[in-house]
Amino acid sequence: MTSFAAAASAPASPAGSPAWLTFRDALHAEWTKLRTVPGTIWLLGGVVVATAALGAVADAATRCAAAAAACQVDPARTSLTGIYLSQAVVVILAVLTVGNEYGTGMIRLTLTAVPRRTTVLAAKAAVLTVLVLAAGTIAIAAAILAGQLILPGHGFTAAHGYPALSPADGPVLRAACGSVVYLGLIGLLSLGAAAALRDTAAATGVVLGLLFLFPIIAMVAGPDGDRHLQQIGPMTAGMAIEDTTGLRGLPIAPWAGLGVLAAWAAVSLVAGWLVLRRRDA
Amino acid sequence: MSTASITEYRSGLQGAPDRFSSVLRAEWTKFRTVRGWVIGILIAALVTAGIALLDHSECGGPNGAACTSPVGPAGEAVTDSFYFVHQPLAVNGSITARMTALTAMAAGQSGLAPWTKAGIIIKASTRPGSAYAAMMLTGSHGVRMQYDYTADIAGMPGRVSAASPRWLRLTRSGDTVTGYDSADGTAWTVVGTAHLTGLPATVQAGMFATSPGTTVPGSRSLTGSSSGGALSLATGVFDHVSLRGGQAAGAWTGSGIGGGGAGFAGPGTSAGYHQAGGSLTVTGTGDIAPVVAGNGDGTPVEQLLTGVFGGLIAVIVVAAMFMTAEYRRGLIRVTLAASPRRGRVLAAKAVVIGSVSFLAGLAGAVVALAAGEPLLRSNGNYILPVSTLTDVRVMAGTAALVAVTAILAVALGALLRSSAAAITIAITVVVLPYLLGQTVLPAGAADWVLRITPAAAFAIQQTTPQYPQVTASYTPAQGYFPLAPWAGFAVLCAYAALALGLAVVILRRRDA
Repeated sequence: MTSFAAAASAPASPAGSPAWLTFRDALHAEWTKLRTVPGTIWLLGGVVVATAALGAVADAATRCAAAAAACQVDPARTSLTGIYLSQAVVVILAVLTVGNEYGTGMIRLTLTAVPRRTTVLAAKAAVLTVLVLAAGTIAIAAAILAGQLILPGHGFTAAHGYPALSPADGPVLRAACGSVVYLGLIGLLSLGAAAALRDTAAATGVVLGLLFLFPIIAMVAGPDGDRHLQQIGPMTAGMAIEDTTGLRGLPIAPWAGLGVLAAWAAVSLVAGWLVLRRRDA
Repeated sequence: MSTASITEYRSGLQGAPDRFSSVLRAEWTKFRTVRGWVIGILIAALVTAGIALLDHSECGGPNGAACTSPVGPAGEAVTDSFYFVHQPLAVNGSITARMTALTAMAAGQSGLAPWTKAGIIIKASTRPGSAYAAMMLTGSHGVRMQYDYTADIAGMPGRVSAASPRWLRLTRSGDTVTGYDSADGTAWTVVGTAHLTGLPATVQAGMFATSPGTTVPGSRSLTGSSSGGALSLATGVFDHVSLRGGQAAGAWTGSGIGGGGAGFAGPGTSAGYHQAGGSLTVTGTGDIAPVVAGNGDGTPVEQLLTGVFGGLIAVIVVAAMFMTAEYRRGLIRVTLAASPRRGRVLAAKAVVIGSVSFLAGLAGAVVALAAGEPLLRSNGNYILPVSTLTDVRVMAGTAALVAVTAILAVALGALLRSSAAAITIAITVVVLPYLLGQTVLPAGAADWVLRITPAAAFAIQQTTPQYPQVTASYTPAQGYFPLAPWAGFAVLCAYAALALGLAVVILRRRDA
């Protein structure tokens, strides 16, 4: 806490007034906070390990002995299965970014140092997004690499109509980059929820419920309801970005799906921003 | 100034006895006085029940067929369609026949399925779903004796041909029917004995043929599962047919039971029978077997309990906070000062949150089934009948699943002291494996995931058993779990016990 106060106030308050603090200082403060919490580096490492490990397991469990049409397996999507797990790690990281401050009362100090609440939220969102995107890039690269190494040995060969999994291929590149963006958006969704609910536990439950319940309820909602729920669920729609084959049969197109998730994240951030502005900390 | 000694002050109040009941009372007071937690548990019950009411599945049978099944003697839904060539049989009697061929046609080519069946049968009546016992030849499982839809006993192995025929015999004595097989018609081996309760005095005995269609795996969604595929038509060739205990000079009657008389257009490709010389040829389609989920048009009752996933998430949040809030507020120091035996504190928390969650889960499950079943029926769905015992197991099991998951979340909260981590891990190990097994992973991997993760416990909701004598896709996506109901539940209990044990050790060792 002391190191944060020093870092935040020393360089840019010549007149001793917090109003002089710029967005850069707020960013610096948030970066220092996140950097010095011991959990951050483990959680970011967890994102990489979860994505690569579960992806490799899914690669190893999938086999295709016939032509592509008979297998109906999307190799890019299979390699990126780990996102299901690593998004949960991103949720923890993002929720704690705000929730810890309310839990410890740190939020009052933060808002004393940076009274502009919009600036605080924006700085938190920026620092979190950069970290998640960085970890996500490494994670997705590792998952695609695992797919390149494992899948050809399991029948995903040119002879069966599967070209080698390569980021040079347009749809695969879209799936890979889109998955990184997906993780970033999940972070923002969680951050907004934590700011709106001001409670770590409730925010975690709500975000994970939003992610996991849509596809489960879709299973029993009948054929029409099934499609609609998959179109509006943040996880089911957002993960459409991972599809590289059979796009016509999907409930939602890849970029449109990622747009749905972005809308969820925007709504959540706005709700968090309103609560942060209106209410006492 | 006297030198009276100063007596040490001792409070006249008795300290609360350090009994488990007082710790339990303390924890119960903590739980019930936090409004958010009580609301959270109520939400869990409401969500568990409410999502069942969103279930808008409609029965989508092939060709708009009515979604219903006959019910077998034990109360389970059955498929009972075949071509039956029969005569009345008295209380004591027998039927014997030799089979020289079993073939099947599907879409113009050989359609011999592993469980294509033809043979002799004694059946209470020609009503679909009535009791029966049969000796039969199968496509690739040799001679079998089957009775009352679910029982299946192996006889002679191997395929039939004119050079290697099979002799089959069924004898009836009251309610008892015994099956025999033989390679030569002189040396007979008993295959099995069936007790068919309530057989009428006069039953129908004769020859039958039936073959399940080639099935294509249903879609991945629970509701969209459909049994498509080509119709298959089985033909059995019989000779040396003899009936004892029948009417004198009785003639054979042919009946298509339960749609088992359908066939293809064109000569020689429809169900029926014909006699030529000493031989009798029977052709039919369908199956005589229990209905399994995903193969028929029935909806398994556990589909109504999807809401439990929402309920679980709410319960996990409350249970984790029940522990982590102590650390956040520093209350843990007061708690441990009042009750220094730390294992006891954790046990009391587990008992309180477990009981409350059990009640919430039970209320949710009971309402989901009670309100959801009429709703599903009103949409034209056919709910696969289950015994009362199974119904109770599903409801109580669901409640127990919610309770044990809550205990797991409390233990994780004590281990990690962080609500975000405890909640995420609990949801990730209980809900996510189920979701992955249902939608994403290939069947083999899904089986493993649902064996080794706490999500194995959802097996306790499975109502339709798996039958080796019925070909179907027994995958998690169709509602079939790799472990038996209580075994799956035991996996979750083992994880919860492990976490709770670790939590007690850590709580004792670490500073609060």
